Parts: sequence; structure tokens; C-alpha cells
Amino acid sequence: MIADKGVRHTREGYAAALLELGEKDSRIVVLDADLAKSTQTEKFKERFPDRFIDCGVAEQNLMATAAGLASTDKIVFASTFAMFATGRAYDQVRNTIAYSGLNVKICATHGGVTVGEDGSSHQALEDIALMRLIPSMRVVVPADYYETREAVKTVAYEDGPFYVRLTRPKVPVLFGEDYRFDLGKVKKLRSGGDVTILACGLMVHKALEAAEELAQQGIEADVIDVHTIKPLDKEGILASVSGTGRVVTCEDHTVLGGLGGALAELLGEEMPLPMRRIGIRNNFGLSGTSEELVEHFGLSPHHIAEAAKSLCG
Amino acid sequence: MGVRVEGSKGTVLEEAEEKKLREKLEAISKEIRWDIVRMIGLAGSGHPGGSLSCVESLVCLYFYKMRHNPKKPEWRNRDRFVLSKGHAAPTLYAVLARCGYFDRDELWSLRRLGSMLQGHPDRKSTPGVEISTGSLGQGLSAACGMALGLNMEDIPSRVYALIGDGESQEGGIWEGAMLAGHHCLGNLVAIMDHNELQIDGSCCDIVDLGDVGSKWRSFGWEVQEVDGHDVIEICLALDRTDEVNDRPCMIIANTVKGKGVSFMENVVGFHGKAPTPEEMEIALKEIEGS
Repeated sequence: MIADKGVRHTREGYAAALLELGEKDSRIVVLDADLAKSTQTEKFKERFPDRFIDCGVAEQNLMATAAGLASTDKIVFASTFAMFATGRAYDQVRNTIAYSGLNVKICATHGGVTVGEDGSSHQALEDIALMRLIPSMRVVVPADYYETREAVKTVAYEDGPFYVRLTRPKVPVLFGEDYRFDLGKVKKLRSGGDVTILACGLMVHKALEAAEELAQQGIEADVIDVHTIKPLDKEGILASVSGTGRVVTCEDHTVLGGLGGALAELLGEEMPLPMRRIGIRNNFGLSGTSEELVEHFGLSPHHIAEAAKSLCG
Repeated sequence: MGVRVEGSKGTVLEEAEEKKLREKLEAISKEIRWDIVRMIGLAGSGHPGGSLSCVESLVCLYFYKMRHNPKKPEWRNRDRFVLSKGHAAPTLYAVLARCGYFDRDELWSLRRLGSMLQGHPDRKSTPGVEISTGSLGQGLSAACGMALGLNMEDIPSRVYALIGDGESQEGGIWEGAMLAGHHCLGNLVAIMDHNELQIDGSCCDIVDLGDVGSKWRSFGWEVQEVDGHDVIEICLALDRTDEVNDRPCMIIANTVKGKGVSFMENVVGFHGKAPTPEEMEIALKEIEGS
């Protein structure tokens, strides 16, 4: 059984990490674009008003300003919704932040269809792919409050640009205070042996639920939390999938270019295996509740279990 | 750097000093123009028009105004320069080389595979380049970030950015303008290379910027307008920005695209086209004889 540790927002973990970082390091600067309440950078703003800049509704300016700040030896966290961070400001992120090799940590919230009622314009479904495509950009998609908190503290002191992708809903807490984030290494949460389910972000918990459903039907799944999409932990992933020979990827994102895309590329070159990708397929998002959209777009534990079963049949 | 007399309306140069300064900066400008034409000519591609129009602005910054140390490009208290109109990279490279950031011979490798001088400025490739630019409309925002960062550390350095008038059709310029105005960035100075031409034609025929001075003023900037090829006017305008500490400063430098090479001056076609080898020789001779 998956232990019930309650639910919390991942962005709450982001805010906690920022406060901790800000307390001990005056180089930490946080920028937002009129979404400080939603991204929860507001907590940093209240504590360290001199090191917080609200750029207003101007995400392109947010990213280029972040680059300039980073060039003065600041460790800059730039936050807004995933849609605007990676879509609206793609050119600034690519050319001014990443090409310059600057120390900007883009922490975007509200990725995926689970944004819910706001609908497609606010549901970034391609953000992981867009950031993964940029040379030198590293991409982290944490699964719960603690993983987010520790990941943010880690990326602060890894030189160069990062994209940390968070989502809107509260998600089940998987880890605890003692959680240690290992950048670039997958975290195996369950050992089965029949099929490997790889997931990131809020899909990790759904993958664990799917594994329970599968277990009731006699199928034992490995469940792997791929919190670092780039650089991908090839050894860690191949170690599991070489044992099971079957792969399912799960993400609240298009199946192109994100976790599923990265795995397909890896396995295609290194270890071709039957695989299924759970994610959004050539669709824009929709309005609805988060739960309804998870069902509508086939992201539920049951959908994951069915995909795994289709490989095991 | 010469004697500067503080007057009620900013710095006033004594006549003899002014003459000496003018001669020095004009001589450097001439050398820089020669380098630009040769760099682009040898590369076989590049942007001569907008590189030649901003020569005096960069020369006045690097050889008169800015506190910088080519031996220590990372010196914490240096003034910063951002070439927001990154296609004028040859001007920046020629100036940086002449300052001593790298060997002048590197200039002739511009745009070649393996060169430290990329087609547009790359922070990681070239000493002295503060930030990578080239995709227009982003450098001013980056300069705002630098100015904010320096303020947080109470570093008394200033940040200078050169933007284009064509570039100012990018919305990002005005996002940066708004942020700088809002934060009263007194340590930020922008120069607009107002040469009135862009790739497809005259700026006012493509999308007219209108009254640029009043636009910047309305964004909370202190605005001056100068002849962008008169080194003394530029120097005095730069000195006046030192006295403005409660808001960002804009110097609109009225310039001639292709300045210094008669067959390039005000010719739209030389925005992004290199001179042929023959044209290059003619241009170099003209600059030498000027």
C-alpha cells in the first residue's frame, strides 16, 4: 500500500526552498511576472523585498532581465506559469539565458492539463520538450513537496540554466523530511520485474497507484521517478528496463519530446523494447476540473495500468 | 582623460582639451571603421551599415566614458556595455580588440568556423562581451537586470546599452523601457543608434517609431539628442548622464547608416551585405584618406 502522507502543493516546496536559500545566501534573487501569489514567490518577496522584482505582465522582459541579473553574479530564480516561461519567452530563454550560459533557474508552475478550468491557453503541454531542446538547459520535474524543495535547493548551486516544472494541484506527499535529491539519478520507488513504469511530476503517484492495480492482477511493476528529464539517467533507466523488457512512460505533457520522447530516443538507440507513452497526443488542453481532465486525456492510474497490461499480454 | 571642468550645465571641456579629445576619438573611430570594413569584407558577410553608424557611440564609451580593465574583464566594479543591436558585432569586436581584450589579428577570423568572433556577440566566446545578443529586443532588458543587480550590491558602476531604431519595433524594448523607468534605474544609460534605416527600407516607411524622444520621456527616461557622429557631443551627453541618478537616460544618437564609406551611406542594401573584394579596397582607401 502507498502510505497516506496527505497532499501538498509542489510550489509550497518551492517557496520553502526559496526562503531557506534566501536566508543564507544574499546572491539569491527572485523574479516573477505578476503571478507571485500563484507561484508562491510572494513568500520570498515578503521576507526579502530588496531581492525580489516583479516584472509585471512581461515574461520576455522577465527572462532577459533575469539573464542580466545573473551576469552580476546573482543566482536568479525566474517564475511564472509554464506556458509563458517557455512559450512566450522561448527566445529570451534560449538566446539570452542559455546561450550566454547564465545562472538562471526558471521555476515554472501550472504545467500540464491539470491546470484545469483555465483551459488550453494556460495549460503548457510542450514546455518540458521546449526546454529539453535547448543546449545546456537541464530539466527537473519533481513529484511532491519534498522532492521539489530539495531539487530547488540543489539546482541553486549547480552552475548554469535550469528548468524546474511544477503543476497546479496539490499532490500526494511521497517522501519525507529526510529526502535527499540526487540530480540526474532516477529514484526507484517500487520493484516489480514485469514492467517498468517511468513517471515524472504528479504522474509519479498515479504510477504507484497503477502498480497496485496491476499487482492485484498478478503483474508486478517497477516504478521509477524520473525527476531529472535532462540529463537523463541512462544507466539507472536501462538497469530496470533491461530486467522487465517492457516500458510505460507517464507525464502530464505531450508524449512528444518530454519524458516519453526522451525514453523513446534512449531505448531506440540503446535497447529497443515494447513501450507505451501515457500523455497528451496532438491535442490542446480543455477546461474542466483537474480530475475530469486526467480521465479525459487518459492520464489516470487505470489508463497507466491498462497500457502496462497491453505490454504484458 | 583630459581636464573636465564641472559647470552648471554639466561638464564643459576647455577648448584645448576638447580639440585634443576630438582628435583622439576621431582617429580611433577612423581605425575602427577601417577594421569593420576589412572584417566584413574578408568574412564575406555581415552588417556594415549599422556597424558603421554606431562607431562613435562605442568609441566614446570605451575610450572616454567607461571604467573598464581589458586585463581584468571580470573586474567587479567595471561599467558594463550591452550591444542590444547585436548585428553591429564588428564594431564591438574592433573596439574590444583595440582596447586590448584580445589580439587585433583575431578580427580577420570573424564569422569563420572556430573563430572567437561569432557572427553576433557570444558571451562565452569573446572576452569583454557581457551577454550574448543578436535576437533583437532583448539586450535592453538584460541591461536592466545588470543595473538592478549592481544596485543590490551598491556597486557604483553604470550600465550602457546600445539599441537600434529598427530594433525598437520589438515590443521587448518597451518592456525594458517600462521596467527601467519604474525602478528609476539611474545607473542605466541607453543610446539609440538612430540611423533611420532597416533591412526592408526606411524605418518610417516600414513601421514608424514616431517621436522617439517623447516616447522615452513618457516611459520616465531623461532624454538627450545628439549628432551621433560628433564625438564631443556624445561625450558631453554621456557626462550629463552621470548627473541623473533618479531615472534612466536615453541618448538618441542621430546617425547615418554606412557612415564613412560614401557608397554605403544611407544605402539600405548595405544593412546586411558585405562589400565585394573590390568594394572593400575602395572603402578602405576612402577611410584611409578621410
